[in-house]
Amino acid sequence: MDLNTSLFLVRSEAILSFSALALLLLAAWRAEAGRLVSILSVAVLVAAGAYAGHFLFAGTQSLAFSGLYSNDAFANFSKILIYFAAAMSLIIAPPFLEKAAAMRAEYPVLIVLSCVGMGLMVSAADLITLYIGLELLSLSSYVLASFARTDGRSAEAGLKYFVLGALASGILLFGASLIYGFAGSTSFAAISTALDGDISLGLTFGIVFILSGLAFKMSAAPFHMWTPDVYEGAPTPVTGYFASAPKVAATVLMIRVVTEAFGTQVMVWQQIVIVVALMSIIIGAVGAIGQQNLKRLLAYSSINNVGFILIGLAAGTEQGIAAMLVYLVIYVAMTLGSFIVLLQLKGRDGDYKESLGDIAGLSKTRPALAATFAIFMFSLAGIPPLFGFWGKLVVFDAAVAAGLFPLAVIGIAASVIGAFYYLKVVKVMYFDDAVDIIAETDDKTLVWTGGLMALVNSPVGYFSIPVLGLLSAQAAKALF
Amino acid sequence: MNAADFPILSVMLAVPMLAAIACLFVRAEMARIIALTATLFNLLLGVWLWISYNPAGAQWQFTESASLFGPIGWKLGIDGISLTLIMLSVFLMPICIGASWRSITSRVGEYMAAFLLMETLMIGVFAAQDLMLFYIFFEAGLIPMYLIIGIWGGAERIYASYKFFLYTLLGSLMMLIAMLWMIQFAGTADIPTLLNTDFPVDVQKWLWLAFFASFAVKMPMWPVHTWLPDAHVQAPTAGSVILAGVLLKMGGYGFLRFSIPMFPEASADFIPLVFGLSMVAVVYTSLVALVQNDMKKLIAYSSVAHMAIVTVGLFTFNQQGIEGAIIVMLSHGLVSGALFLCVGVIYDRLHTREISRYGGLSINMPKYALLFMLFTMASVGLPGTSGFVGEFLALAGAYKVSTWATLIATTGIILGAGYMLYLYRRIAFGAQINADAAAMPDMDGREMWLLAPIAAAVIWMGVYPETFLAPIRRDVATIVARIERAAPAGDSKLNAKDPTTAKYRVGGHGSEKAAEGSQH
Repeated sequence: MDLNTSLFLVRSEAILSFSALALLLLAAWRAEAGRLVSILSVAVLVAAGAYAGHFLFAGTQSLAFSGLYSNDAFANFSKILIYFAAAMSLIIAPPFLEKAAAMRAEYPVLIVLSCVGMGLMVSAADLITLYIGLELLSLSSYVLASFARTDGRSAEAGLKYFVLGALASGILLFGASLIYGFAGSTSFAAISTALDGDISLGLTFGIVFILSGLAFKMSAAPFHMWTPDVYEGAPTPVTGYFASAPKVAATVLMIRVVTEAFGTQVMVWQQIVIVVALMSIIIGAVGAIGQQNLKRLLAYSSINNVGFILIGLAAGTEQGIAAMLVYLVIYVAMTLGSFIVLLQLKGRDGDYKESLGDIAGLSKTRPALAATFAIFMFSLAGIPPLFGFWGKLVVFDAAVAAGLFPLAVIGIAASVIGAFYYLKVVKVMYFDDAVDIIAETDDKTLVWTGGLMALVNSPVGYFSIPVLGLLSAQAAKALF
Repeated sequence: MNAADFPILSVMLAVPMLAAIACLFVRAEMARIIALTATLFNLLLGVWLWISYNPAGAQWQFTESASLFGPIGWKLGIDGISLTLIMLSVFLMPICIGASWRSITSRVGEYMAAFLLMETLMIGVFAAQDLMLFYIFFEAGLIPMYLIIGIWGGAERIYASYKFFLYTLLGSLMMLIAMLWMIQFAGTADIPTLLNTDFPVDVQKWLWLAFFASFAVKMPMWPVHTWLPDAHVQAPTAGSVILAGVLLKMGGYGFLRFSIPMFPEASADFIPLVFGLSMVAVVYTSLVALVQNDMKKLIAYSSVAHMAIVTVGLFTFNQQGIEGAIIVMLSHGLVSGALFLCVGVIYDRLHTREISRYGGLSINMPKYALLFMLFTMASVGLPGTSGFVGEFLALAGAYKVSTWATLIATTGIILGAGYMLYLYRRIAFGAQINADAAAMPDMDGREMWLLAPIAAAVIWMGVYPETFLAPIRRDVATIVARIERAAPAGDSKLNAKDPTTAKYRVGGHGSEKAAEGSQH
């Protein structure tokens, strides 16, 4: 394959990489360029997303660079979702970061760079690409977590994330080296061939280590311990970003690795995925009950949601993968929406509030904001007619179709535990006496983006089911 | 204009929905007016629906179908059973709004919006012809009811709202898994198609249990009824009316629409379970009702007892039993709703539900005492009121299946007379022991307007039940014919032969059923 074709296929990463470098130069020459670079970064993400949009229906796999990189419908579906989440994180960030005196041009540049990393992850067809993409994302994320330099909690979050993330990367790399050693190749296709039939203990170990490393990145239990701390400490827009885009990238990477590289050893990874899924659902649900900090609560909620997403993977079918993609789209809308609401919780004293007690009786003082948040909470709990229900429905449908009844029954019963803490938030906002310390939102961007996300999660979202179903089915088909 | 050419069901769903959205943006006075107008308009549409419905026409009428949501079909349509329950909903709704006219003073717009949303969802449950659509309507009702209990409820409202939500959610989710399996098995979510799908007998058992988990909680059956007294006591008056009047009927409707015709063999196998739980419920909850000091709690327990007669009637597998069960549902919807309104009337005056705080109200509130007496008698099942017709039919049907179940369920009527008359005596008769209760004024025009229509309906149903039996007769016969093959033998026949072999004999049930059908 000639270089030109390869360069054509990786154009969305190329757009992002060169733009990131150019924006970095712009930031170096221009003081106070935070907002300008943010706007330009959003434009760049839109351009990259528009390019990715061309490949949503590509029937055949298009491998670039001798099989290192795959530009298929699956990757491009995920990329658009990732770019969307990243762009939203840029749009909602300025008020918060300006308050924290951290609205510097490096923020959008780092987000664009991490998008390059995520683009590589979802397109990876080789362990080397996988690792490079993952590290590019991780290193950007460590810096982003500690972006509010003057805030002790932010620095702590960054350090924690770095130490634990490095450990997870090490585990993943160790697994990759075992796989390479026993399979003789780093290419997913070659690994898949080598894994056919009975496999040695070394390969099993390799699979387990790689899956553990990926589970850490998507914050699935039992590798979730870092999540609440990092989510709490990182600046809120960054937390919203962590909970959306990198989660999508890690999940999609997990799907690609198990279906393309380990597709011939379903029995080995399926049990791991089932255990991880159930643990995530239960730990996410139970862990959230006692939380008083809304960001920690959403961290547990994201662990819980990863569990539901993995139920689709446990099914291991094309339907299951398509269901996961649908769930991811809805999840991104729910999570970003929730964080947009958190960004509007600015007290009368000018500080951002993030404790459950601060939103007591919010429905009396700020009815629209409370209603928006309630929509996200009911949607996260999967209560119809909100759109979050559809995400849960499709993954459970896939599990039932695959005959995984015990998994479906336990998972769905655990979702009742989850409903308890989402209800608690609604209860605090609607049933408790008002403390009235949240000021009017002065930033219209947050109101509009929050309203948009709420609209997606409302029953109006059901109108998108045909389109969503078609695109996710096309994307899933590319893997099989 | 003919209702058949007009998407009347969609309009009936849309009217309260749009009114609900409007209520959120206007002031209290305006919200009340919008809510009342919308519900009255829906009542008119309901009357038009009732008139246009042809009992001898197609099984499913006013059908609509649109594929807006991919796999979830927007399919609506009603048969006679749905029709009667939709009528019950649209009839009670303006009354609920009227009952909240003065007693709700805070956050009126949101309150009215929650009630209007409930109306949309209730009509949706009874009109949905797509399994997923049904589930969405069925489950979505949790959100407005949770808010109604939690925001405008009594002192223990938060506990009650959680209990209500989580109990019903857990039950429903099991049903969801079963629904997914059924859709995959049959390849369609279309309810009329599923009604004629024969599911494998060994799987039916599991599917039946999953549906039972949901409907038994909703019904509610003993021992999963404990959410009901809490929810009723804490909910505002109109919330109790809608809860008792319509939401409980969703359980009975579910049994009748799904469990029985879709899984006839499993339903027959589980008759002992259903009858056993119902027998316990009738006796136990009646006795519990007898010792209550709180009026609302007493009526809540009596609801559980009445609903147990519904389950007995539904699982008789014969025409009388099922028709009787439907009439009990309608009658209970009216009567318990009216009783909660009666409680509301005096609660608004004295702000207590403690029975001993009242007494001798027939002296200072004669109009109230008269209507309260009527509804008490209807609840007891006095001939001439709606309660009698339903209970008599249901128990007559049950007698064909199980003498013991009938015997014990019938004691419920005696016990019902006990606790209801005891309640009435303590409230309306005797000396006026409490000065503040004796000073209460009689009902005003608004309260009369709320209770008089229900009183008229109760008497109408008691004197001329044919109006309500006509639309359901053919649909019940369809269900009975569908479940014929699994119908239980019955133990009440004088027969020299071994009764366990009755189902193998030729001509046992078919001829008898045909004869019953023509009697009505």
